Amino acid sequence: MSDKTITLSLMDPPYDSETTTTALRIAEAALDKGISVNVFAYEGAVMLTMKAQQAHPNPVKGTTVEDQQHPTTSGFVGALFEKAAGDVQFQWINCGLCVDERGAADWIDGPKRGGPGDFYKWTQESTNTLVIGTR
Amino acid sequence: MPKILSVVEHAYAGTLEEQDDTVLWITHMIKNAGAEMSALLRGNATNYAVRGQDASGLRFGAAGLAVPPTIDKDIEALVGKGVTVYAVREDMEQRGIKPGDLVAGVTPVGKTDIARLFDESDMVWHW
Repeated sequence: MSDKTITLSLMDPPYDSETTTTALRIAEAALDKGISVNVFAYEGAVMLTMKAQQAHPNPVKGTTVEDQQHPTTSGFVGALFEKAAGDVQFQWINCGLCVDERGAADWIDGPKRGGPGDFYKWTQESTNTLVIGTR
Repeated sequence: MPKILSVVEHAYAGTLEEQDDTVLWITHMIKNAGAEMSALLRGNATNYAVRGQDASGLRFGAAGLAVPPTIDKDIEALVGKGVTVYAVREDMEQRGIKPGDLVAGVTPVGKTDIARLFDESDMVWHW
C-alpha cells in the first residue's frame, strides 16, 4: 500500500447524478498522485459495478450503438481497477445487504462484498474519508 | 391531442453518464410519439439552454467519454421538432444568464406566467 489512502463512500445509483462522476474523478486524481483509494458502495451505488450494463443507441438522435459509444459506470470503475498498480491500490466494497435487496450481485471483476464494518475499518486506516450521500 | 408541459428543474443529474438529460430526452420521445409537448426550464435547468456548453474530456484511465452530452444542441433539436421551450426569467437572472446567451427559439417567461402555462396545458409533468 502507498503511505496515503483515501476512502470514499458513494450512495447514488448510476445514471442519476453527477456526484458519482465527480467522485470517480477524485479517485483517479488520487491514484495519479500515488494515493490508494477505497470505495464503499452503499445503497444504490452497488449498481455502479453491475456487469450486465450495456451501451445503447439513441433513438432521439437516430444514432446506433456504435455511433453513440454510450459509457457505462461499470466500465469507468473497471478502468480505475486497471489503472491501479503496484503499491497504489484501488479497492471497492459493495454493501452486501444493499446488493441482496436489489438482486445486484453480478459485478465486473474487482469489487468485493462487505458491509458497514468494512467501511468503518477503512475510515480508521485511511488518511481521510469523503462521504458522498444522496441528495 | 393533449397538450403536455414538461417541467425540468433537477439539472445536470447523470448527464455525463447518460450523454443527455433524461427528462429532455423523454420529452423528445413523447413528442415523436405524437404528443403536443412543451418544456419549461426552471431553476438550474435554465442553464440547459445556454449556448456553447462543452462537456468533453471525461476520462477514467482507458475509459473515455467519446460522445459527451450537448444539451444546448438537444434544446435546439427540441425547438426544431416543434416543442415550445420556456425558461423562467427570474431563475436565469439569479444565475447571470441573459436572454442573448440562450440558443435560438427559447422563450423566457416570468414566474407570474407559469400559472397560465399550467392552465393552458392538459397535463403538467413536473419531473
